[in-house]
Amino acid sequence: MSVDPLATATAPQQGGPSVALRGLSHWYGSGAMERQVLQGIDLEIHPGEVVLLTGPSGCGKTTLLTLVGALRQVQEGSVRVLGQELLDSNRRQRQRLRRQIGMIFQGHNLLGFLSAEQNVQMGSDLLPDLGYRARRDQAREWLRAVGLGDHLGKLPHDLSGGQKQRVAIARALASHPRLLLADEPTAALDSRSGREVVELLRGLAREQGCAVLMVTHDPRILDVADRLVRMEDGCLQEQEDMRPLVNATA
Amino acid sequence: MQPLAALASLWSSRRIPMSWLLLTRQPARLAVALAGISFAGILMFMQFGFRDGLFDASVTIHKLFDADLVLLSPRSSSSVSMAGFPRRRLVQTLADPDVAGITPVHWSLLLWRNPQTRATRSLLTLGFEPDDPLFTDPSLAAKSQVLTQRGRVLFDELSRPEFGPVAEWFRQGRQVESEISGKRVRVAGLVALGTSFGADGNLLTSSETYLSLLPDTPPGSIEVGLIRLRPGSDVAAVQRRLQAALPQDVRVYTKQGFINFEMNYWRDSTSIGFIFTLGAAMGFIVGCVIVYQILYSDVSDHLPEYATLMAMGYRLSTLLGVVAREGFFLAILGYLPAYAAGEGLYVLVRNATNLPVGMDTARAVLVFALILVMCMGSAALAMRRLADADPAEIF
Repeated sequence: MSVDPLATATAPQQGGPSVALRGLSHWYGSGAMERQVLQGIDLEIHPGEVVLLTGPSGCGKTTLLTLVGALRQVQEGSVRVLGQELLDSNRRQRQRLRRQIGMIFQGHNLLGFLSAEQNVQMGSDLLPDLGYRARRDQAREWLRAVGLGDHLGKLPHDLSGGQKQRVAIARALASHPRLLLADEPTAALDSRSGREVVELLRGLAREQGCAVLMVTHDPRILDVADRLVRMEDGCLQEQEDMRPLVNATA
Repeated sequence: MQPLAALASLWSSRRIPMSWLLLTRQPARLAVALAGISFAGILMFMQFGFRDGLFDASVTIHKLFDADLVLLSPRSSSSVSMAGFPRRRLVQTLADPDVAGITPVHWSLLLWRNPQTRATRSLLTLGFEPDDPLFTDPSLAAKSQVLTQRGRVLFDELSRPEFGPVAEWFRQGRQVESEISGKRVRVAGLVALGTSFGADGNLLTSSETYLSLLPDTPPGSIEVGLIRLRPGSDVAAVQRRLQAALPQDVRVYTKQGFINFEMNYWRDSTSIGFIFTLGAAMGFIVGCVIVYQILYSDVSDHLPEYATLMAMGYRLSTLLGVVAREGFFLAILGYLPAYAAGEGLYVLVRNATNLPVGMDTARAVLVFALILVMCMGSAALAMRRLADADPAEIF
């Protein structure tokens, strides 16, 4: 049985944006210790769009990512992700929604006791109604797609930093997400492998029609974005449309 | 075909065996966990084995008697402190139509002098009429005929070696003579009875010889009365009838009641049961602590990975299942070596002590159940650590 994982991706929902934020505010702590980290954020991300979020440390980028990723309860404002409102959502709804969101972390966060192939299969295991073999074949297919076809059985600590991050990308995409969130995916990589990883990510996300929101400090990769969003002190500062530039270089 | 198809779909829907891989890809941690569980299991097997073995051993002799009902004095508390009652009470039972035969038995612990080292040690001496049936073993009837001569005894060849190489010498054809309570006796034959908890050795002799060894025995007093009933009698009914008919200076037991009477003494009137149960409990607690420590640190070490899985959309119950299965695998993997070591140690104990210690299904199941409770309980406690896995913290 041959399965082309790239062809079985769920089509992005008709119409609406993948992510729509309206007046999103967020606070940490309470009472005298209360501190506002997000102040009335408005943002839309459309299917297939790659949005890069930059800004100084502590400006609330990661908080924004966890709220969009349904990892945190929304306090104020509207957060619609893949058509679902997250304000007043419960734990179970957020857990279900997370199955449709791929996440790539700064420190790759692979499961150390699983091989590369098994790590990716943890992603494809989230797909309903697929047999074990089909899921395993998909996992292998994804690893080949990120250029690790020869490293299927290796444990994460036998892989280089760039290879680990590529496994993490394969794992994030293996569950056929319609939204991909990445937090400084190049932070632990040298410039060449960082560049490769980001381009791979963009390419695969595009093929899937998957929206991408990526937090990064890395000035070398800003040009992969369709749109660049800067953030400062919990507010969105400016939005820079990079599309003409990207199209020109492509 | 239906169950096969269900099985096939179950097989096809299987997931990565995370619990198994967590355990097997950390061999050092697994080895420590298994060593701890096996140790606890072995400790429980030994303690329960000793306890049951001792209780069993306390009735080695009791099981041999050819009797349906047994008369004892109410003042008797166990095989090591038997009191006498009038022999005529036993004779009175013959009036009951269901009683087929009786055997009066003298019973006491007497000092035997080791013919080799001259050291003395007490053994259980039974005195009976050599023509009366005593044990269910039919070979005794022929052997007991030698007891009709005064001063002759039958020695239990399974007695502990501290009584001297009596059986060995006797087989070599030597004339084995020694002293009981300062009176000379000659070993006229060997029987195989087995040691019990209260008696390290056994000796059979005729009533006549017994009374000459213990001249202070009140006339007509015996310690045990064996009653055999006609085939088909209702043992419990006869027991009630005799107890009602006889005065209060005797008590009527069934044979099983007689056995329980002895076991209950060791169980209730001594600390044996408590000591060994406590020993097993210690093993259980030590095992719990080890398994909990292992599982707790395992969950802690993998907390970021569990949080990652939650961020990917796995349910908390799936992760709890991973920890629970780890506990289950540990229970099975830890039990197998404990069982094997238990069997081996029982053989060692049997050879060293002659105690009837052996593996039985009930104990094997009990120890497995305890290990399972130990592992699953520890897993349940370790799961609380999973509540700290916050997917929001991993970005």
